[in-house]
Amino acid sequence: MKPIDNRAWLLVLPVLVLVAFSAVVPLMTVVNYSVQDSFGSNEFFWNGIGWFDDLLHSERMWDALGRQILFSAIVLLIEVPLGILIALHMPRKGFWSSLCLVLMALPLLIPFNVVGTIWQIFGRVDIGLLGRAVAALGIDYNYTRDAIDAWVTIVVMDVWHWTSLIALLAYAGLRSIPQAYYQAAEIDQASRWAVFRFIELPKMRGVLVIAILLRFMDSFMIYTEPFVVTGGGPGNATTFLSIDLVKMALGQFDLGPAAAFSIMYFLVILLVSWAFYTVMTNLDREEGPR
Amino acid sequence: MTDILASSAATAVPARAARARSERSWGSAVVMTLYLLFLLLPIYWLVNMSLKTNNEILGGFSLWPVDPTLANYATILTDPSWYMGYVNSLIYVVLNTVISVAVALPAAYAFSRYSFLGDKHLFFWLLTNRMAPPAVFALPFFQLYSAVGLFDTHIAVALAHCLFNVPLAVWILEGFMRGVPREIDETAWIDGYSFPRFFLRIFLPLIASGVGVAAFFCFMFSWVELLLSRTLTSVNAKPIASTMTRTVSASGLDWGVLAAAGVLTIIPGALVIWFVRNYIAKGFALGRV
Amino acid sequence: MARITLRNLAHSYLAQPRGEEEFALKELDHDWADGEAYALLGASGCGKTTLLNIISGLIRPSQGRILFDGHDVTDAPTAARNIAQVFQFPVVYDTLTVRDNLAFPLRNRGLPPAQVAARVQAVARMLGLEESLPRRARGLTADAKQKISLGRGMVRQDVNAILFDEPLTVIDPQMKWELRTQLKALHREFGHTMIYVTHDQTEALTFASRVVVMHEGRVVQIGTPQDLFERPAHTFVGYFIGSPGMNVLPARVEGDRAHLPGGAIPLGRGYAPLSGRTEIGIRPEFARLSATEGLPVAIRRVEDVGRHRIVRADLGGRPLDIVLPEGGPLGPDMTRVTFDPAHVGVFADGWRVEGEAAR
Repeated sequence: MKPIDNRAWLLVLPVLVLVAFSAVVPLMTVVNYSVQDSFGSNEFFWNGIGWFDDLLHSERMWDALGRQILFSAIVLLIEVPLGILIALHMPRKGFWSSLCLVLMALPLLIPFNVVGTIWQIFGRVDIGLLGRAVAALGIDYNYTRDAIDAWVTIVVMDVWHWTSLIALLAYAGLRSIPQAYYQAAEIDQASRWAVFRFIELPKMRGVLVIAILLRFMDSFMIYTEPFVVTGGGPGNATTFLSIDLVKMALGQFDLGPAAAFSIMYFLVILLVSWAFYTVMTNLDREEGPR
Repeated sequence: MTDILASSAATAVPARAARARSERSWGSAVVMTLYLLFLLLPIYWLVNMSLKTNNEILGGFSLWPVDPTLANYATILTDPSWYMGYVNSLIYVVLNTVISVAVALPAAYAFSRYSFLGDKHLFFWLLTNRMAPPAVFALPFFQLYSAVGLFDTHIAVALAHCLFNVPLAVWILEGFMRGVPREIDETAWIDGYSFPRFFLRIFLPLIASGVGVAAFFCFMFSWVELLLSRTLTSVNAKPIASTMTRTVSASGLDWGVLAAAGVLTIIPGALVIWFVRNYIAKGFALGRV
Repeated sequence: MARITLRNLAHSYLAQPRGEEEFALKELDHDWADGEAYALLGASGCGKTTLLNIISGLIRPSQGRILFDGHDVTDAPTAARNIAQVFQFPVVYDTLTVRDNLAFPLRNRGLPPAQVAARVQAVARMLGLEESLPRRARGLTADAKQKISLGRGMVRQDVNAILFDEPLTVIDPQMKWELRTQLKALHREFGHTMIYVTHDQTEALTFASRVVVMHEGRVVQIGTPQDLFERPAHTFVGYFIGSPGMNVLPARVEGDRAHLPGGAIPLGRGYAPLSGRTEIGIRPEFARLSATEGLPVAIRRVEDVGRHRIVRADLGGRPLDIVLPEGGPLGPDMTRVTFDPAHVGVFADGWRVEGEAAR
C-alpha cells in the first residue's frame, strides 16, 4: 500500500493552480451565463433554469445531439475493428515495422484544419483524386450538395485520421504478449481465431478500453475537420454539437443558451465516459478477484 | 499410438503448414499495403497540388505535376504573414509542452507514491478536463484572457492547451512512475539525497522514456488543435492553421498556396515522429501494458 | 508415445555460423527411449531450452534431423508432432474457466464432449483442481495457474512426449515438492516420454530416471543419477552435481599413482601417459580426515548442515571439501586427508579418462 502523506498536496499544487485557472474559472463563467439573460452588452439578470428548459425543448439541440451520437457510433464501429485488424497484420520487427509505425502516425500529427483541407481538396469532383475517381465510376457524388455524400466523406476522413491511433494502441498491447502464449497455443492446436479470441483480445483489453474512451471523447467533440470540409452543411446535415455551439456562442453571441448548451454537452460526455468505464471495470470484477 | 505421424502425414503436413504461413504473411502484406495506400493517397494529393500552379490545378486534371513549381512554397516562405504563423505555432506548442510536463511531473509522482486526502477524486477530476470539449471553453477563455490582458499572446494559447494536456501528461507519467519500484526512492532517502536532488538525478532518468512519451502527446495535441488557438489570437500570435483558413476565404481560393501551407504543417509532425520512431510502439502503450 | 531420435543435430541462432562457438547447441546424436523420464540439466544459457524447443518444433535446427519413432519430423510444425509442453511461466487462457482451459487442447482436436469431460475430470482430480474447475483462470494464484498449465500438458493421452521447461520456477518450495511427486506419479501411471528441463539438480535427480547434463551447448553426460554421482564424465558434471560438488585438483598421473602437492595418492586403476591438463576428481563424500596417514591439509572451517558436516580445507593452496558423516570424529590433530582410491577419477582436459584395471 502507498503511505498516507498529505504533504503530497504540495506536489499536486502546481497542477491544481494551473487547471483551476484554465478550467474552473471558465466553467464558473459558463455556469454564471447559463442562469442569466442579457439585453445589452453588460446588463445581466437572473433567468433561473430558463435556458436549460428552452434547451430541452429545442429541436435544434436534439437534432445536433442525434447527429453527434450517430457520428460517434459509426466511427467507433468502423475504427475499432479496423484498428485491431491493422494491428494484427502489422510487421512485428525490423525496418518494415518502423516504416509502418512512422507512416501510420503521420495523420495523427496533422493539424485538424489541414486534415479538413486535405479531404476538402481530395473529395472535390473538379480537382480531387477521390471526387474524380468516384465520378468516373458513374456515381453522382458531391459532398457540398448531398447530405449522404457529406456524411460519407466526413466518416471516411475520420477513419483516415484516427484509425491509426487505435491500431497503434492495439499493437502496443499485442507486443506485450509473451511468446510462450503463442507457442502454447500452437501446441494446443488452437485455430487462428482461437488465438485471437482467447489470447490476443484479452491481453489487448486494457489498451482497447483506453482507445475506445479516447475515440469516443474526441469524436464527440469533433469540430474543426467537418467545419472545414462542409461548414456543417449541406443545410444542417453535418452540424455536430461543437459546430452548433460555436455558431451559437461566437457567431450569434447568444451567451445564455450557449452556456446552458455547454453544460449539457460536457455532462453528456462525462456521463457516457463514466458509464463505459464503470461497466468495463465491473466486468473485470465479475471475472474474479485480481 | 503414433499413427498421427504415419509416413504420408509426415510429408504432407509440413508442406501444408509452410503454405499456410506464407499465405498469412502475404495476406498481412496486402492488408498493410492497402491501408498505407489509403493513408498516403490524400497526403500525396496535397503534395501534388502544392507543386502545381493554380492555373494547372483548375485548368486540367493530372495525377502528377506536369510542370512542377516551387512558387507556392516561395510565396509562403517569403511572406512574414505566412511564415510567422509557423513560428507562432511552434512557440506556443513548445511552451505548452514544457509547462505541461513540468507541472505534471511532481503531481504524477504524488499520485504514484502517496495516498492523500481526496487523491482519487482529484485524479478523476483532472481526467474529466480531458473530456471537456474545446468548443465549450472557447468563449470563456476568450473573455478570461482578454480580462487579464493576455489575449493574442503565445502564453495564452499555451495555457489554454494545458486544459487537456496537463491531465493527459499526469496520467501518462503516473503510469510510467508506477512501474518504478518504490525501493529506489527509499534507498535514495537512506543515502541522504534531498528530494529535488533525488528527483532530478535518480528518478527522472528512470522515467525518461515516459517523459518523452508525455512530451510527444502534448506536442501532438497542441500542434493539431485549432479552435482554441484561433479564438485566442488575432495578429501577433496567430497560428499557421488559422492563417490558412483566413487566406482561403479572403484571396478567393489559391489552391496551390493552400496545399503548400498544408504540406508545411505536416513537416514538423513528421520530423517529431521520425525522431521518436523507435519508441512509438512502447509509447502508445502509455506505460500501462 | 514415441522414441525420439536426434541425428547430427546442431543449432545456431545465426544464419551463417562461423566456427563451433557460434552454435548454441553443438552437434548431438541421441535416442530418447519411449516412456522414459529424462531431465535436461545445466546452468542457464547452456542450450537446454534450445534443445527442448527443437524437439517441440518451435525452433527448426540449423542441421541434423529429428525422428519420432523413425519418422522424420524435422520440418513438421509443432501441432503435427503431437507433443505437449509446459512453460516456465504459467500460460493460461485468462478469460476461460479452469475447465475450459483443460478442455482446450482436446476440443481443438475434435474429441467427443463426453470423452473431453472425463479426461478433464481425471486430470483435475490428479492435480487437485476439482474445486476450481468452474472458476475463471485469471483470478487464480501463480501456483494454481501453473497447475493448469501442467494439466493442459497431461490432458491428452496420446501425446508423443511431454516437455517441461523449468515448470516449477514460480512455485513455492513446499508446493514444488508436492507437484514434483505428482509428476512422478503421473509418469508411473501413464508412462509418457517426459523431458524435464531444469537447472536444479535436486529436481533433476528426483524426477528423472536418466539425466542429460549440458554444458556450453554440449551434452556432457547422459546417465542415471547414480552414474552422474559416481562416475562423472566431465569435471563440470562433477562439481555441478552434488552438494558440495566434486573436488577437482590438478595432478600429475603416473601409472596408478597421482602426484599432488604434498605427496602421491594411489588410484584404483592404471593410466597410460596423459597429455593436456590432467586433474583428479574426488567427491567430498569419499575423502576422509585422518590423524596419521595421507596428505597434509589446513582446515579452514567446519559447516554443520544437519545430517552431516562439511569441512572446508586447503590442500596445497587449493580448496578441498570433505564430508564428515554424522558422529564422525573431528579432532585438532586430524590434519591429513585420504581418498578412497576406487572413487578417484582422472580427467584430461576436463573429460574423464578410463584407466585399466590395476594389476
